[in-house]
Amino acid sequence: MELFLHQVIAGLATGAIYACMALAIVMIYQAIDTLNFAQGEMAMFSTFVGWQMMQWGLPYWGAFLATIAVSFVAGVAIERVVFNPLRDAPVLSHLVVFIALFAILNSAAGFIWDFTIKPFPTPFGTHPLFGNGLISAHDAGMIAVSLIMLALLYVFFRYTRIGLAMRAAASNPDSARLVGIRVGWMIALGWGMAASLGAVAGMLIAPVVFLEPNMMLSILLYGFAGAVLGGLSSPAGAVLGGFVVGVIENLAGTFIPYVGRELKLPIALALIVAVLSISPRGLFGTRLVTRV
Amino acid sequence: MQKEATPTPELQAVAPAVDLDSVAHDAVLPIAWRRVAIAVALTVALALPFVLKSFLVFQLTMAMVYAMAILGLNLLTGFNGQFSLGHSAFFAVGAYTAAIMIENFGIDYYWTLPAAGLICFAFGFLFGFPALRLEGVYLALATFALAIAMPPLLKATPLEPWTGGVQGILVTKPDAPFDLPLTSDQWLYFLSLGVGLLLAVAAANLVNSRSGRAMMAIRDNPIAARAMGIDISFYKTITFGVSAFYTGVAGALSAVVVNFVAPDSFTFVLAVGLFVGLVVGGVGSITGALFGGLFVLFVPNFAEQISKGLAGAVYGIILLLLIYAMPSGAAGLVRLIAHKLAARRR
Repeated sequence: MELFLHQVIAGLATGAIYACMALAIVMIYQAIDTLNFAQGEMAMFSTFVGWQMMQWGLPYWGAFLATIAVSFVAGVAIERVVFNPLRDAPVLSHLVVFIALFAILNSAAGFIWDFTIKPFPTPFGTHPLFGNGLISAHDAGMIAVSLIMLALLYVFFRYTRIGLAMRAAASNPDSARLVGIRVGWMIALGWGMAASLGAVAGMLIAPVVFLEPNMMLSILLYGFAGAVLGGLSSPAGAVLGGFVVGVIENLAGTFIPYVGRELKLPIALALIVAVLSISPRGLFGTRLVTRV
Repeated sequence: MQKEATPTPELQAVAPAVDLDSVAHDAVLPIAWRRVAIAVALTVALALPFVLKSFLVFQLTMAMVYAMAILGLNLLTGFNGQFSLGHSAFFAVGAYTAAIMIENFGIDYYWTLPAAGLICFAFGFLFGFPALRLEGVYLALATFALAIAMPPLLKATPLEPWTGGVQGILVTKPDAPFDLPLTSDQWLYFLSLGVGLLLAVAAANLVNSRSGRAMMAIRDNPIAARAMGIDISFYKTITFGVSAFYTGVAGALSAVVVNFVAPDSFTFVLAVGLFVGLVVGGVGSITGALFGGLFVLFVPNFAEQISKGLAGAVYGIILLLLIYAMPSGAAGLVRLIAHKLAARRR
């Protein structure tokens, strides 16, 4: 029982990472209706930018905020430069462009900052919270930050004019354009926000997994899994999905025989596929009703 | 509203890349021209192994093998509208089937191709059932899980007596039969060419048949297809099986050509590569698969030659430029040019 509890809490801590990532994925999915496969690499690149700023002597929170700003601008720029010309291309071409972005960012980061593993500072400290060693301060901080981001996003999308405009642009671009919303810029804004969210996720994760160009790959997969599990149309579901994936991954690795580190990911994914085949739109996704 | 009438925006968006009336488009080129083009292409293909170095012959063989796998993926994605990022798994099953049959049971390599195909058909058909309930990105994730799960499964201890674990299996290289004056590389080239042509002709016939039209109807509008009496579950699962069959045959050929199978040759990187090949070659185009195969094999090598450190970036930039130049793939570009030429003549 003790072991079980430990594994659940460790799972929640890693789950917080996946939840951050899943949230960024759902954000961009709502803005552009496609999964962004380059999301993880964008976050990784932002984290490197943050690290570089700290190397140049900026304090942690200064670098943190600056990185968020830089990432926002970069996200908007990627949309304007790379995706805007391809707006009318088929979705499959979009996916290939994501793969191209993935390759470019990964390779460029390796080229600029090389592939050695770098430590990344944490603003919360690594000492255990409450003294019993169940959860570290950084893990708790991560969980808190992802919940705060979720709340902010909810308020933004629910109660601000621009949030409403973004939702309109995503759900029905033609009608949104007719009522005077600049759909292209709304999409670019969505990209910028997703890039900033990714930057936050990356900077929170980096102290745990260490900084290197491939750090985001498996996290992105778990993030996807969490987002899909929770339902891509529901940010809160995505966060919950991220936590669930973290717990499942940890429990499967501990309690199912033959499952070492290698098979953890397939088991987690298999469970998610099983859930999906029962509830195809994720646990909290809204079912798409179609009219013929 | 048009948008509301379409059940899944993802699938709908696939459609423009695919020409429904490709028959009409093909008519743009006079039939005689097409025959000439095919004859020239075949002659060149037959002559190549005698003029090129043997490593290049080997590479072209592999490009054809990838083209077959992409063709299988194309039947599923291009003609039936189901995403898959997991075809590396079927490729792996095909390759391991061939390797185990040859090395453990001493069966001749040519029997392994249909056997691998059939086994993959069964796997694909069965996987088609959970896939029935999933659409778009959800299906992409489920198939991606398959791709991720395959290498660790192949390495797993209980299967080690057959799969050879991490080390994989060495496969003996076959010589040309009937004392033909060919090197083994040349023979495998011709074998792949023959199998590839057979599969391509079969795919073209399938697509132009009643079943093919049913597949495409499901892709374009599942609700209307059902209203017209098409059994959606049947066609979707069968298409998954056929697609896996093609990819399995390609996998078996790859085991024979490369002489080696190992779990790490079949990671999700291969699945993503096949997907990229599909889009670059042209979604919903049978000849485009060959271009896709060439891309999958040669562009990463080429990128590495340009810059070792930035190979990934060079690859990505080439990919971006290709998508800009031809948003609907190589086949789409050819079609467009043929269309323009015909318009000028008129």
